Amino acid sequence: MKEGFRQSMAWLHTWTGLVVGWVLFFMFVTGTAGYFHYEITRWMEPERPLVEALPTAERAQMISLALDQLEQRAPNAANWDITLPHYSPLSRGWQDFSIRWEDLPEPGHDHGARGNATLNPLTGEHLESTPVRATGGGELLYEMHYRLHYMDLLLAYYLVGICTLLMFMAIITGVITHKKIFKDFFTFRPGKGQRSWLDAHNVISVMALPFFIMITYSGLVFFDTTYMPTSMAVLYGPDRESRDQYFDDLYAQNHDHQAARRPQAPLSEMLASADAAWGEGQVKSLLIQQDTGEAPRVEISRIDVNELRWYDGEKQVFNADTGEALPSAPYGTPTSRTRQVITALHEGRFAGPWLRWLYFAAGLLGCAMIATGLVLWTVKRRKQHELPGTGSINMRLIEALNVATIAGLPLGVAGYFWANRLLPVDIAERANWEANVLFLLWGEAFLYACFRDIRKAWVEILWLAAAAFALIPLLNLLTTDKHLGLTLPAGEWVLAGFDLSMLGLGIAFGWMAIKVRRRWLANERKANPTTHPARMEKSA
Amino acid sequence: MTALLRRAFTDSARYRWAVFSRVLAAFVGGYVLSSLLSLLLALLWPIPQAEAIGASTMLSFIFYALIIIWAFNTRRLRTVWLGILLSSVLCLALVWWLMPGGGV
Repeated sequence: MKEGFRQSMAWLHTWTGLVVGWVLFFMFVTGTAGYFHYEITRWMEPERPLVEALPTAERAQMISLALDQLEQRAPNAANWDITLPHYSPLSRGWQDFSIRWEDLPEPGHDHGARGNATLNPLTGEHLESTPVRATGGGELLYEMHYRLHYMDLLLAYYLVGICTLLMFMAIITGVITHKKIFKDFFTFRPGKGQRSWLDAHNVISVMALPFFIMITYSGLVFFDTTYMPTSMAVLYGPDRESRDQYFDDLYAQNHDHQAARRPQAPLSEMLASADAAWGEGQVKSLLIQQDTGEAPRVEISRIDVNELRWYDGEKQVFNADTGEALPSAPYGTPTSRTRQVITALHEGRFAGPWLRWLYFAAGLLGCAMIATGLVLWTVKRRKQHELPGTGSINMRLIEALNVATIAGLPLGVAGYFWANRLLPVDIAERANWEANVLFLLWGEAFLYACFRDIRKAWVEILWLAAAAFALIPLLNLLTTDKHLGLTLPAGEWVLAGFDLSMLGLGIAFGWMAIKVRRRWLANERKANPTTHPARMEKSA
Repeated sequence: MTALLRRAFTDSARYRWAVFSRVLAAFVGGYVLSSLLSLLLALLWPIPQAEAIGASTMLSFIFYALIIIWAFNTRRLRTVWLGILLSSVLCLALVWWLMPGGGV
């Protein structure tokens, strides 16, 4: 590692990549699924009815009904929020008529209890939501990418942080190692063993390079004061209270509140002003709040648009006593706004449908980058004339981990969806068992890969994953009434899109299985044991 | 033959030890140094304190990455350790001097 800059960086790239590659692959798979976590949750709660828009009262009447409920349920709240029924681009779904509030904090606390209720938009009565099966949904899958599973939260954050930092390092050093980054982008030499793996790794990595740099750096920023607490701990103090004070200062939220009460001024004029500015049907919600020493406010928010500076969402603010228009204060501080933009980039929370699919594709490329990198490591170190799976015990272990993770983890994710449909609805800890199925399958795949001829293990687990994904639409047809035959004609693209995506994933894994089989096992069947191994490993 | 083997063994042991020491300097030493750098920057940045802390903490990951790269690219291991230790001490002294109240 001492032969010059490029070599030392290549060394760093190889080892940082290998050490955390499998955990990173897990983070990328679950994180990529997270770009559609609302959609996944929707699919995993098939009891919810297809059409959710209910007949509504007139808007002013609805708001008045909501205020009645808030006065009754939250007489001592720091704020009241009324959400009108609307389609939200942010959560890609229908938002019901609902109220939310946060009680004034008890002495010695920063926040009070929060409450919310969905209301019938015609009568204002509490609306019971359809009971659904217990499921972790897309939310749990997505949360795994930063809090892992089965472990202490803080420990998980640190592990994830170390992996993210090493990936950040692997990317930077990977770019440095690269002599001809632009030329290599157009270079792919298939069927040439190690060379092809390197080309594939290069092409994939360079293709989404800005995404990878952004996603790792912003991942670190999410937990900045957890990972790098020194400045805050020294200048504010290491305890929890100082930490809260720091965040209040950073986000400029140093306000005490008075109990929220029904606005004195007529809301109709405020709403008319919002309509005049934004057009009909654009009002998303009303927030009622009073900072101590100031006039009570009504903040009317517009339906979210897909914008990077999402916190700048359009708002009109009024004095709740007089109805006079007030200037709306900017959100947070310059630093906190910068931080929000960086984290919004990570979450893709501003992304419309096309950009969301691009995020998803970039996430899949991330999985592919890690997978090709891991495979490349083994291909490069396999000695000349050595068959896959016959090297040293360490090599064998790494190869088994590669199969188990690259093919077995996706199988586990498919199993997570199968469990959602097949586990009895009344089983205890049902949501946990869905996740257990994921990890059990991953573990099984590892055990299997340890004892099976590694080439056969690759082909078999890939086929299994292909079948598990491709059969999900069929499983859905047999177990629910929200299947493709119904969702496609109804134009329910969230549900239909999930089924079709699973079919697509199934086909992709099937294609990989055929490729691997053709390269490795078909050659073997020609009964020529002296076949040059370099040819046999053309496309593992 | 045995002498040759022994030498190869000690060479490899020495190499491993050197790599371990370098990894330690880069990742642990680098962490300490980048923490101190972000603290120093938070003190120097002429914006409200919470914002300065937020901004310098976000930047500290960049410092960390650069320090690690430097640590792996510097030929002599002694230079790496000395560089990290001396810069850390220097940062610490400046922080001490700049702290409100002239250090605790």
